[in-house]
Amino acid sequence: MSVVEPALSETQLAAFSETLAEGAIEYDGLAAEYDADEETYHIETPDRHATVDADALDTVAAEQAAYITNWYFYTQAVGSEVKQAFCRWLELADDHSVPDRYDALESGIAREWGQLSITTTLADDGTRHYEVRHIDDSDVDADALTTHTDPFDARDIGTLDADGRYRPLRTAPSLDSGWIFPDLAADEVYEAVEAFYPATVVNWHREQRGELDIDHWRDEQDRQSGIYNLITVLPDEAVEWAAAACCDDSQCLKRREWQLSEDEPLDADGGDGVFPCREPCSMVVAAGREWAKLEREDTQTYEFELTPSEKDQLEAIIDSVADDEIDEIREADIGNGANRWRVRYLREKRFDDEGNLSGTPTHPDGHDPDDGGDDH
Amino acid sequence: MQSLVIVAHGSHLNPDSATPTHTHADTIRKTGAFDEVRTGFWKEEPSLREVLRTARGDDIYVVPLFISEGYFTERVIPRELRLEGWDPDLWDSEGISADTATLVASDIDKEVHYCGPVGTHEAMTDVLIRRAESVTGDPSVGDGFGFAVVGHGTERNEKSAKAIEYHTERVRETGRFDEVKALYMDEEPEVDDVTEHFDSEDIIVVPLFIADGFHTQEDIPEDMGLTDDYRTGYDVPAEVDGHRIWYGGAVGTEELTADVILERAADAGADIGDAIERVRQQTKPTTLVAGD
Repeated sequence: MSVVEPALSETQLAAFSETLAEGAIEYDGLAAEYDADEETYHIETPDRHATVDADALDTVAAEQAAYITNWYFYTQAVGSEVKQAFCRWLELADDHSVPDRYDALESGIAREWGQLSITTTLADDGTRHYEVRHIDDSDVDADALTTHTDPFDARDIGTLDADGRYRPLRTAPSLDSGWIFPDLAADEVYEAVEAFYPATVVNWHREQRGELDIDHWRDEQDRQSGIYNLITVLPDEAVEWAAAACCDDSQCLKRREWQLSEDEPLDADGGDGVFPCREPCSMVVAAGREWAKLEREDTQTYEFELTPSEKDQLEAIIDSVADDEIDEIREADIGNGANRWRVRYLREKRFDDEGNLSGTPTHPDGHDPDDGGDDH
Repeated sequence: MQSLVIVAHGSHLNPDSATPTHTHADTIRKTGAFDEVRTGFWKEEPSLREVLRTARGDDIYVVPLFISEGYFTERVIPRELRLEGWDPDLWDSEGISADTATLVASDIDKEVHYCGPVGTHEAMTDVLIRRAESVTGDPSVGDGFGFAVVGHGTERNEKSAKAIEYHTERVRETGRFDEVKALYMDEEPEVDDVTEHFDSEDIIVVPLFIADGFHTQEDIPEDMGLTDDYRTGYDVPAEVDGHRIWYGGAVGTEELTADVILERAADAGADIGDAIERVRQQTKPTTLVAGD
């Protein structure tokens, strides 16, 4: 494998000398300054100190040139602090020196952001190129994937899952595969990730700086108005159940950082995601409203006739739906309680003409509360 | 550096709800009038809570892609964006004249220009007329045609009817259509009886809604009798009671809506050069471009 031989372009040299004319540079292992009296540049990198004449900047050793192209890329070519931090994370910049990274970038450094696999590679002039694909497509030949060049295409790719169902939660682990962005620039890879997983990079960056602002459940409750006022009556234990049900890694790739309140942590696992979840999302709030309505009901004692296997079966059905495993149950796997024939058999046997389990009415007193609601 | 932030409702259930927002954002992005165009949603991501932190501009213009002033523009959006000191009186509007207010958003500790909703801007009248042209395929449509602007009614928001009446009157003032009337989904005069409200054989019907969804794709076509079952579709025009109904769907999906977003930002002080004119040209139906 050949090692990248950095070549400083005229643009890079001009930017370097213009910046040094303003003051010294210290960036990522590079320390440089301009001596106006001597008209020379002092360039210091971890393993090399050099002094070169003003007109001989283009003769710096390859190792030092690498540090300069690295400085140029991050400070002159990448648009903002957030993008810089993200691109640096993508190439493990905090863990490895510039020469080590340049070696590794030759073949590419791949990192995962949610279900995205993002591979950074390097051009001779230090410019980074980014390839983005689904983690499930890591080993797939690029020719077999649908090529995209516009980072905003990510929005459409993320709208529906593989079964064509709408994904209202962009960070749900249901991103469809089969596509590739083979060559994005730094600003573009940021936009693509922003479109796939909105606001995740900026919140991750706030967290990196120790500045993540977390709004806990009680803050969320206090802020609501209109129909969502209802979540103020959701019992605390229901918030625990909701967090365990909705915010698990199997449902959302954000790492839940919000709790009941700052002093009242939830027991539910917040997940291992790279990017944080800083407040209950609109999906959780909308679901919380439904649960607030449902939790207003009192429990009631019912009597059902079920065989032990039928009780097991009901539990298996609930598990299969909750774990989204229905599609994996084979047609003829009658031994699985959630198999369609098994469920249809149970319905035939245990439902009466009104659809009541074991003929037991849901509302023995005939009262059937209206379950109104809308999507606002 | 200038940023445009378009905020909209979005939906947990309907993937098309955000489509106009994204389409208009793309149109404006292509003009280069703003250094960046961001979108934020009440029901989708990035949320209204987090959209401002995705914007980097020194001058940030927030334009609500909503039809009317009311609960969302006056209460929900300012609260979620954390606009310090917000008060609906800052817009000094009785329902259709909200323009802009400049406030610090505490989420980013920066001033943002919070604009009135797209739906009550006078330029929205042009979008309604453009929709009449695009749905009939006739750039000079008018003579012999009636025009119905359809709204929700006042049940959920008393100001929503004001926007409907405002644009209805403005379309009427152009003198271009034989008859122009406001119809409502949940109050008189009702869109169900559209043919009773017009003498004209041809009636253009355009809902003043931002996105197509349950109301514009299911309720209204069925209520007007364009179809018995929205799933089977309907003709444009469709024959109903001896009239031809040219049903246009939600006006907010018309490409020219991007122009109204630009107008809102420009009214608030954004420097957008000739972007408005370019969007007007670019979004003209091809029949018009060919005729120019």
